[in-house]
Amino acid sequence: MKKSLKERLAILSDAAKYDASCASSGTSKRDSSVSGGLGSTEGSGICHAYAPDGRCISLLKILMTNFCIYDCAYCINRSSSNVERARFTPEEVIWLTLEFYRRNYIEGLFLSSGIIRSSDHTMGDMVRIARELRTVHNFRGYIHLKTIPEASQQLIEEAGLYADRLSINIELPTDAGISQFAPEKRPANIRRSMGDLRLKIEEMRDPTLQTKRRKRFAPAGQSTQMIVGADGANDATILGTSARLYGSYSLKRVYYSAFSPIPDSSKTLPLIKPPLMREHRLYQADWLYRFYGFEIGEITASTENGMLDLDLDPKLAWALGNRDKFPVDVNRADKETLLRVPGFGTKTVGAILSSRRFRKLRLEDLKRLSVSLKKVQPFITCEGWTPRKLADRADLRSMFQPKPEQLSLL
Amino acid sequence: MMYRVLLRGRGDLTEWRDAARAYLAAGIAPDRVEWRTMDDTDGLFGLDGNQLPAPVDKPVTQGVPPAFLKLAASVICHSDPTRFSLLYRMLFRMAHGRNFLGMATDPDVVAANRVSKSIGRDYHKMTAFVRFKEIPLPEGVAGRRRFVSWFEPDHFIIDRVAPFFQRRFNDMDWLIVTPRGSASWDGETLRTSDEPAEKPDLRDDTDDLWRTYYANIFNPARLKVKMMMSEMPKKYWKNLPEAELIPGMIASAEASVIEMGRKAASEPLAFHHRIQEAAARVPMPEGPTAGTIEALREEARRCTRCDLHCMATQTVFGEGPVNAKVMIVGEQPGDQEDLAGRPFVGPAGKVFNEAVSAAGIDRTQFYITNAVKHFKYEPRGKRRIHQKPNMGEVQQCRWWLVQELDLVQPKLVVAMGATALFSLTEMRHKLEDVRGRPIAMENGRMLFVTVHPSYLLRIPNEGRKAEEVARFKEDIVAIGRLAS
Repeated sequence: MKKSLKERLAILSDAAKYDASCASSGTSKRDSSVSGGLGSTEGSGICHAYAPDGRCISLLKILMTNFCIYDCAYCINRSSSNVERARFTPEEVIWLTLEFYRRNYIEGLFLSSGIIRSSDHTMGDMVRIARELRTVHNFRGYIHLKTIPEASQQLIEEAGLYADRLSINIELPTDAGISQFAPEKRPANIRRSMGDLRLKIEEMRDPTLQTKRRKRFAPAGQSTQMIVGADGANDATILGTSARLYGSYSLKRVYYSAFSPIPDSSKTLPLIKPPLMREHRLYQADWLYRFYGFEIGEITASTENGMLDLDLDPKLAWALGNRDKFPVDVNRADKETLLRVPGFGTKTVGAILSSRRFRKLRLEDLKRLSVSLKKVQPFITCEGWTPRKLADRADLRSMFQPKPEQLSLL
Repeated sequence: MMYRVLLRGRGDLTEWRDAARAYLAAGIAPDRVEWRTMDDTDGLFGLDGNQLPAPVDKPVTQGVPPAFLKLAASVICHSDPTRFSLLYRMLFRMAHGRNFLGMATDPDVVAANRVSKSIGRDYHKMTAFVRFKEIPLPEGVAGRRRFVSWFEPDHFIIDRVAPFFQRRFNDMDWLIVTPRGSASWDGETLRTSDEPAEKPDLRDDTDDLWRTYYANIFNPARLKVKMMMSEMPKKYWKNLPEAELIPGMIASAEASVIEMGRKAASEPLAFHHRIQEAAARVPMPEGPTAGTIEALREEARRCTRCDLHCMATQTVFGEGPVNAKVMIVGEQPGDQEDLAGRPFVGPAGKVFNEAVSAAGIDRTQFYITNAVKHFKYEPRGKRRIHQKPNMGEVQQCRWWLVQELDLVQPKLVVAMGATALFSLTEMRHKLEDVRGRPIAMENGRMLFVTVHPSYLLRIPNEGRKAEEVARFKEDIVAIGRLAS
């Protein structure tokens, strides 16, 4: 018997939840006030709800179908899994997107799919959904399409005309890992697709001689995801791969997804507690790389076995390993140096740079900026403060480490 | 004397601004003005009771920075009763001193920024958590669809946030009612009011589908309740249709993860075996005939002779006529070549093309390739910095170059740069010693050595650069002569 829409929605959203990305930000600004129709994007995305897993729900994240001819060990939808299977028609996906959007549940659609029949067939249906949302329903909300590496160039190009973001998941950081756990996936094809996409985005972004207007092509760029903790890759390898992907394909984001138990999991992968803290540290390191001027090598240089410290955030760990770079004078240091002080974020640094033009800053000033003095004090000097011996204390690290938890008797 | 001013205080900047202007012009110090709102005095005196100072002859007429007005427009929406005096104190200080808004650590600036931030948050949460419910049109009536929402913002933000909903929900009629005012849109006019409204009784069946989605997109193995609570505090729950599921989802999370673990991995269904068999049956597509350049190119596409293939996008194989008289050998592909999969299409390729066309030569008559076929680089920030291939990599990749030479059989081989020279001769000459003249190779073949065009791009001194470019162009002319 055919499953109801509600039953299929349950199956196909359950199947989509292992994709970490839910971003709806960074696309071009547009709205429906002049054009009519429905929808807008305003630069920063909106999280319309949060689930008890702490994750934001911004998009209707669903699979078109969870039938899949691939057998990737880590995936809930692999062909050898016995999860319930279902599929939506393109019309149903369009209807759900529009009705959810009208009720302000979502910012738009994140559509992915298992691979059925052929890559082009699957991609063709996905492109059709995006095209009809845009052209028939005048939908101006956010669309993220997962692209399929083996799909034809023509379909990918059409996808870019309607979608804000395109993504291909690399899933595992090394080629060896991919061939071990995702035997049907070809790492070289994934890289080529990402390269093609970068070239296409750059080509369309360049204003043409005739119009000077930029063509709209995936204005929110491309992103990818890596699973953390499924294979043996360490953090240095993962971050190295990220750096490579950012540099090579101008990715907007690399998402890290702690490998999480899935229903009917494969025999080759153990059921583990998802390494959430490790995932968090990787995101922090990723941030240092993208916004704080750190090279990956610097972040991973002082780690043990290439693993980030779980007790300390990576910037603090770096600072403790590079004591000679401190203390930093808050009233004179340049932006790049201030950004490397543990406890200073980009906003704090902006506020410091703007405030110190008025007068020399003291600890009280920093406190008013909601800076944790305990954290920054050993690393800075300012009017009326030098860390003196604090910066040289051998046990500086232990001051920042979380208190050991008492072991329970059981 | 003390002045007292009474405002409606529902997020309207102009009423405060008009009063503040009058006090400022009269030079009244901030500690002599008491700001109250109608709501906290029961409107006992009414707006007519405001004591405005008499106009003065020489008012303080210093312009107010636009950034302050922008900040004030936000701060005024807050429900904190001290917002008016905070703004007036800042205005007064600015008029009698300097613009201190950039002093982010000033206590008044800190306070105003904090208030403004909470307005920003309230605004953002309203755009996020308003839930529209459809009010069906009477049967047989056609027209725009109608939606209504009840929301409870913390501050007076209706005027501020209404345009957002108009920009977004253009093709439907909507009405948002709150205890702090309401907003509506009918396709032509956006209307707002600051009068408190009552909670209407609303229901919409689509909420049920939304709850289904909410329950299933949740991953019970990653329970992080604190994180959810900080982003979606409980005060919002009563107007969110999905929130009623939260306690049950938290309570059953652990059990459902344990249940996943308890189940032994099952045997795949027939579906899986059919797919695997079908995949095994798919015949390999017929490749190009062995011994041709196409076959070699195809084979090189899957090259794993060294580790570079894992880092690069693709093998960049040589291109050009298989019967070319001249084979150009560079070092390795760069960023652009790696993406495009073709040799010499980046900046160095451009320099090469210019020299070639200046010499009146058609580039397409050359067979152009590289000593190393994968791009070697170091990621730095958002770019890739070229790295010289090491000897091992060059030697591994010579495998392909030797076969290219065998198939193309060029009369003249041009080594551009030291890496190409090393790959072709296995000897490490100083480039300058062998540059610019034909050198006999085995099989009656000639070798010609010049610099790599990327070298020209790296010369900082403009004068020397021009000289070197001229020398390179001469070399290309010589190559043209030798080829004919």
